[in-house]
Amino acid sequence: MRITVDEVKCCGAGQCVMVAPDVFDQRDEDGVVVLLDAEPPAVLRPAVHEAASVCPAAAIALDRRG
Amino acid sequence: MSDVPIEQPLDYPLPAPAALEPPAEWARLRQQCPVARVKLPSGDEAALVTRYEDVRSVLADPRFTRELNAPGAARIIDTESGGLFNSPVANTLAAEGHARWRRMVGKWFTARRMAALRPGIEATADRLVDGMLEHGQPADLVTHLAFPLPVWVICDMLGAPESDRDRFAHWSDVTLSLTEYSGTEIDAAQHEFTACLTDLVDTKREQPGDDLLSELLAVTDAEGRPMSDAGLVATAQALLVAGHETTASMIAKMVAMLLADRRHWERLAADRTLVRTAVEEILRFDPNGGFGLPRFLHEDAEISSGLLPSGTTVVCSMAAANRDDSAFESAGELDLGRSPNPHLAFGAGAHSCLGQPLARTELQVVLDVLLRRLPTLDLAVGADELRRVEGLVVGRLHELPVRW
Ligand code: HEM
Ligand code: SF4
Repeated sequence: MRITVDEVKCCGAGQCVMVAPDVFDQRDEDGVVVLLDAEPPAVLRPAVHEAASVCPAAAIALDRRG
Repeated sequence: MSDVPIEQPLDYPLPAPAALEPPAEWARLRQQCPVARVKLPSGDEAALVTRYEDVRSVLADPRFTRELNAPGAARIIDTESGGLFNSPVANTLAAEGHARWRRMVGKWFTARRMAALRPGIEATADRLVDGMLEHGQPADLVTHLAFPLPVWVICDMLGAPESDRDRFAHWSDVTLSLTEYSGTEIDAAQHEFTACLTDLVDTKREQPGDDLLSELLAVTDAEGRPMSDAGLVATAQALLVAGHETTASMIAKMVAMLLADRRHWERLAADRTLVRTAVEEILRFDPNGGFGLPRFLHEDAEISSGLLPSGTTVVCSMAAANRDDSAFESAGELDLGRSPNPHLAFGAGAHSCLGQPLARTELQVVLDVLLRRLPTLDLAVGADELRRVEGLVVGRLHELPVRW
């Protein structure tokens, strides 16, 4: 699984950080998402899927082939 | 009720059978009439969308604008100011540049900052519960906890003095009214509110503190421009108005929903690790979600349920969408462990609720504190005796009598 985030779409809601803090963070100056780990280990996948599905801005994309 | 022909516009907001029960029309509209003609309190007509996919795509699509003061847009209520949706606040914030404004204010709402705020919110909730215990049972949870907590949290964030909190609460109440107050009353309240906040900004300029207004006075955007004074006042006003009543009513509805069928409360009391998913599920399940979100179209736009012509005012019912069976398994059931839960209670897209991390934190903290302090909490009246306040943008309960 490979994750990409869209900083322009991100509205800084921080849902991803609440759900998967090992994978996502937020910039201190404006709350925009920071991807910590684009290819997280399998144990984190459910959390990453949850983050992508609840992101209000649809700013998190998952590529399942990678 | 169900033999009203669908071609007739429905009166909107839709009537609901009881405070904790959704309008009967939701299910029928989702199935048979996903784009429904409705008549707003002003008498103007709009198109109501109720399906999950439609609501989500309309909210995320910039062609559906928030320009409710554009010529031809439906008015929500029959006053000159048009109330909340095309208030001077909304217009001033638009003038600041929406994306720029979100970035400047967004730093106050990161997950990290929420973690830092949590102990203070918890201490306040504990203090309010102490007050309720002192008062004795039965007690109204709205007066003792749900209403004061969010005002305290926002005033603290803004750096507003304790002595202003009652007045702030009144202003946000008037601003969110749909039909309860007259147009003159709404205008007068908005005027006073603006004057008071202008004073607060001046005070912060002279004596900066560790608060959002002082910080916004000191910083500039990516191009080095500061926020205008009108922008600062509008920001303070928007945060209070957007963050007070919404959260206050959600706290009360949350407790009411969990106690109306006490098995939910007991499940949480036995396993408090469910608090996070429980709060999301309560937000999804809200039967009394208020007006919904209006949008205006300047061009034709296609959504999955059909073509919406240019000049249409669309009202999105997130609460109806949140119970759409095609988006949520057993959508009509409250499942406190549901995950993931991509509900639309905070909207979607670029305008989705800026304060959602704060609202979530407040709801989680309140629930945690109540489960810890008052595991025997129960309704002091039957759930069918609870009454909703009519005439507000936000769906709210009059009072919530509890015992323990
Ligand atoms: C349970 C509580 C809450 C609910 C249900 C809620 C709901 C919403 C919704 C649906 C919107 C979208 C409006 C639109 O798209 O036109 C919104 C916007 C907003 N909310 Fe909340 N909200 C809550 C709490 C808060 C809190 C605590 C704050 C801040 C202290 C806040 C600040 C805002 C702001 C500033 C906006 C405008 C965002 C923008 O235009 O970019 N909200 N809220
Ligand atoms: S959940 Fe989405 S919008 Fe919110 S911070 Fe993460 S990426 Fe950005």
